[in-house]
Amino acid sequence: MSLHRPTLRIASSVAVTVGTYGVAFGAAGVAAGFSVLQTCLFSLIAFTGASQFAAVGVVGSGGTPLSAIAAATLLGVRNTLYGVQLAPLLRTRGWRRALAAQITIDESTGVALGQVREGTVAMRQGFWLTGGGVYVFWNVATLVGASGAHLLGDPSQWGLDAAVPAAFLALVWPRLETTFLRVVAAASVLFCLGVTPLLPVGLPIVATTLVALVAGWRERG
Amino acid sequence: MGNWLVVLATGLFAFVLKLSGHLVPERWLASARLQRVNALVPIALLSALVVAEGLVIKTHVVIDHRLAGLAAAVVALVLRAPFPVVVIAAAVTSALVVHFH
Repeated sequence: MSLHRPTLRIASSVAVTVGTYGVAFGAAGVAAGFSVLQTCLFSLIAFTGASQFAAVGVVGSGGTPLSAIAAATLLGVRNTLYGVQLAPLLRTRGWRRALAAQITIDESTGVALGQVREGTVAMRQGFWLTGGGVYVFWNVATLVGASGAHLLGDPSQWGLDAAVPAAFLALVWPRLETTFLRVVAAASVLFCLGVTPLLPVGLPIVATTLVALVAGWRERG
Repeated sequence: MGNWLVVLATGLFAFVLKLSGHLVPERWLASARLQRVNALVPIALLSALVVAEGLVIKTHVVIDHRLAGLAAAVVALVLRAPFPVVVIAAAVTSALVVHFH
């Protein structure tokens, strides 16, 4: 099976971009009082960036382990939703399904679903290449950040953080082909911003699926 | 000790959440209506991710250098730039705003 070039290009640029955040996480983990070993194992086992940042953030600001675990777990709920979307596409069994689950994150799901017009093969490749690539870069970067935290300064201060939302924007942009789909996207943006002050961190993204539910329910034909 | 608990429990729950999504039986999603909803979910999720990552800090809507980066991304998209160019344009623009602000 040959590699779909445009998909490979998207997957690798997402993997490298997200990798730089791994450096930031490694540094944040050590700064919050986790050992280098704990910080690296955290990335290897949990592998869900926002949850990891939330957990070390809560611990670093003096929160209890239980509240750190709760905040991080709440943030991970959206990965369940991603799994529901991905399972019929990937059709994996046994250990491959466990592997697919482990790399089910924002980026791998986003790239996979963003390849819908390129066909099923490109979507699958998008998932595995992005998930696998981010896994490698994220973990190497965590080690770099954790062991060199004192040398790097704070990568989150570099101001590169528009890269990730821009990647999601570039993924959704080509899909907004009809007025109806643009209205759904605009409603999702407004809904997500509207509930942001009302819900715990991470839940607004999950809650925004309500927009898809309402729009799909009412759509004709 | 507490830190080990955070690492191991968060890691375990993260995996259980991920795997449980993959184990939902497909026939639960068989109806035409649910398939329509399911087709719209990626658009809702991706749109939410754009603003959750670009305009939000914790539980607050915040306008900062990231919006400049997103604006650069929109320009790149309108000009039909390839994916890496869109991402790099956004990153460089937001970094410049941080630097010279």
